[in-house]
Amino acid sequence: MSLSSEEPPEQAGPRLRLPGAATADSPAAPSPESAASARSSVARETVFTSRGVSVNYGAKRALDNVTLDIESNYATAFIGPSGCGKSTLLRCFNRMNDSITGFRIDGDLLYHGHDLYGSEANRVEVRRRIGMVFQKPNPFPKSIYDNVAWAARNLGMKQNLDERVERALRSAALWDEVKDRLKASALGLSGGQQQRLCIARAIAIEPDVVLLDEPASALDPIATAAIEDLITALKSQYTIVIVTHNMQQAMRVADKTAFFSLDESRIGTLIEYENTDKLFSRPSDKRTEAYITGQFG
Amino acid sequence: MSALGNTSGMVPNPMHTLKPSGNLRRRQLTSRLFVSLTLAAAGLAVAVLLILVYYAAKNGASQLSFSFLTAQLPAPGGIVPGGGMGPALAGTAEVILIATIIALPVGVLTAIYLSEFASRRIGRVLTTALEQMAGLPTIIVGVFIFGLIVQRAGPSAIAAGIALAIVEVPLIARASIESLRRVPGTLREAADALGVARWRTILGVILPTAANGIITATILAVARAAGETAPVLLTDQPVVSQAYQLDPRHTVATVPVEILQLLLSGTTSAVDKAWGMAFVLMGLILLVNIGARVWLRRSERKRGV
Amino acid sequence: MDKVDRRANGALKWLALGGGALVFLVLLAIVYQILSGASGAFDKFGLAFIFHKNWVPASNQYGAWTFVYGTLVTGVGSVLISTVLGVSIGLFLSLMAPRRVAAIIGPLVEMLAAIPSVIIGLIGIYLICPFIKTDIEPWVHSAFGWIPIFGAPQPVGNSIFAAILVLTIMVVPIIAALTRDLFLTVPGELRDGAEALGATRWEMIRGVVIPTTQSGIVAAAVLGFGRAVGEAIAVAQVIGGVPADPLNLFKGGYTGASVIANTFTSPVSNLNTSVLFYIAAILLVISIGSNLAAQRISRSFGHAL
Repeated sequence: MSLSSEEPPEQAGPRLRLPGAATADSPAAPSPESAASARSSVARETVFTSRGVSVNYGAKRALDNVTLDIESNYATAFIGPSGCGKSTLLRCFNRMNDSITGFRIDGDLLYHGHDLYGSEANRVEVRRRIGMVFQKPNPFPKSIYDNVAWAARNLGMKQNLDERVERALRSAALWDEVKDRLKASALGLSGGQQQRLCIARAIAIEPDVVLLDEPASALDPIATAAIEDLITALKSQYTIVIVTHNMQQAMRVADKTAFFSLDESRIGTLIEYENTDKLFSRPSDKRTEAYITGQFG
Repeated sequence: MSALGNTSGMVPNPMHTLKPSGNLRRRQLTSRLFVSLTLAAAGLAVAVLLILVYYAAKNGASQLSFSFLTAQLPAPGGIVPGGGMGPALAGTAEVILIATIIALPVGVLTAIYLSEFASRRIGRVLTTALEQMAGLPTIIVGVFIFGLIVQRAGPSAIAAGIALAIVEVPLIARASIESLRRVPGTLREAADALGVARWRTILGVILPTAANGIITATILAVARAAGETAPVLLTDQPVVSQAYQLDPRHTVATVPVEILQLLLSGTTSAVDKAWGMAFVLMGLILLVNIGARVWLRRSERKRGV
Repeated sequence: MDKVDRRANGALKWLALGGGALVFLVLLAIVYQILSGASGAFDKFGLAFIFHKNWVPASNQYGAWTFVYGTLVTGVGSVLISTVLGVSIGLFLSLMAPRRVAAIIGPLVEMLAAIPSVIIGLIGIYLICPFIKTDIEPWVHSAFGWIPIFGAPQPVGNSIFAAILVLTIMVVPIIAALTRDLFLTVPGELRDGAEALGATRWEMIRGVVIPTTQSGIVAAAVLGFGRAVGEAIAVAQVIGGVPADPLNLFKGGYTGASVIANTFTSPVSNLNTSVLFYIAAILLVISIGSNLAAQRISRSFGHAL
């Protein structure tokens, strides 16, 4: 699997690549050691700032008082038992909860300092910069090429569309498998391939962030491994936030991990947020320890 | 709750503003335009409905009176003023009564067969037949009954009733199938587990549960049949008497056909009467439609569906 | 299970089967009756009947072309307009309107379908046709008169165009209701996926919803066509009843269904009646054909319409 080593193409709108983020200079998938050194050498920005964020659906509170920062070019994992709000928080980042009736968010949720829910924030623009891959692969009933190209066409990226599609498919580690059948229907692909296609179409428009909501939970172990390799490779270009119920996955893939659980009133909340190695080896909170040692979950 | 990592300042980074970039403004304008076009289309439909109702009311409400509803039909030719829709109302009621007496059992039995007994293949063929019958132009139903009955035994209310039954059956059957299918499987399983015979389950449990939907379907089918002109025109004409005539073996007056006759004579008094009848007919049909829906929704809500 | 139960089970099953069989038999009887009624005319004129224009009942000259032409023009014309409007309303009701708004406007649009055709025809004569004559025709003629189909205004306003308008009023609610249910079947994940890629609502509809449902939309349009073709009464009242061959939308015309409605009860000869049966047979073929086509189209897509 190789990363694209070309210059970012012309695009309508401001460049979304962070200054200092590795692009043309970065080699192929970093090993854990070089990942550690890469982590310290890239200039980190805070991408998401959450201060006291709470989410209600109607009268029911789903998430309470979450305060954390997501940093650029990291893969940050949200783990925890089901129903504790990790997907809810993730979907707040790209405003996918807006259409749910009764949805209300309190507290501050900032993207590079800008209020995501402020009056100046344009929801469609938010989603253009913050992409999402869903739990169940949801390719459009179109050809493979059109799936990847669709959003790019909407955005007016009509020049060099073929190269853009190829680049996205290469970055998603799918190019070799589909390059001879780009016009075939995407629905004919296997589950793992479809999910990589969904990743390809998300990155084809060069977002700033890619959110992944349990991307491998519907896939077999081999496909899951492919997705995990992908995430490790992608974080040099994008900021990744991944929700997973698989602790080993978080350990393999994430630089930082946030553990969510239900508090005493059965409302989801953030328990602990640490570098991944520290969270899993020396957790500060007893509840974290109980979860990762399998005492509940 | 510890969560703080590196905190960059709260100063918004101008490179990552969330305001529309590139072509987004234009695209959102386009989107808003199309959304408002769909709203306009819906508004147009509602406006047309309101105009139709208003116009019928404006021209016909003035005719409304007890005597109008009960008096004998206007004299043919439309020259002699006066007259009402009494015989036509009675005739319509009689004809749809005949139709429903036939259509209700046939429709419900067909629905029971399709939802409880039929194999998949027969089910598909029968459903296709029902769909075909539902889509039949009503004028063809009229031609059919004309050939089958009127050419042999002359026109009559019975002939019209049979024709309207053909119109009602697919409506009743289709909606009844839906209602029967919506009966929760748990009810059937419980009855089976208790060892209850099939026919008792169907008649005693499933049918009553689906009854609301079936009744609503029948009422709506009746409303539809009441407004049908074409089948009655070809099977229940000519109506010779202005007085109440309810012998089903002969022709009876019906509201839609009477409206048409009055229209054709063209005189002012006849047309006024036509508007009056149209207003009454439309009012009744719309009220029945609204009432049936509201009733169905309310009873479903009560049952917690 | 004791003997009574077993007998009752069987009795219910046979009764239900009887209902279904009756539906089937009636459908077959309709086809048989129409075809046999038409046989006289068919023997005399053959298939060429469909393409000949001459219609002089008094001298036994019959050619159905005017009616076939009028049926197709009014059918296609109204379906084109109705599909655009109906799909827009369907989109509005399913994807754009808040639930409470859709719960009110949806039934209102369905009410439009409940209005009897004779009343729509009545309003056609006294509201729509005059409106066309005084407002629409002169404008269209002055703006587009160089195109032959928008030729010289008529003195009366009864025209093919009026028939198209009237049919549109009747077909739009059908397509709106069908497509609204259709769009609701598009999985939420697909729509979420489109929105998560930074697409506007219109782009999501154009890029995902409509391509996913396009065969269903076509099926709905075909069903609408079947309905339009079969409408006799309302069309008869506004179309002018002139057996001419108009290339001018604003000239009077005729359709198969409306000529049956107008002349069936007063034929000049047995041949006349047989000819009208022949026209009914043509309508029957169109109706059954479009119904089957709609079912085939929507089934190939994988869900029942």
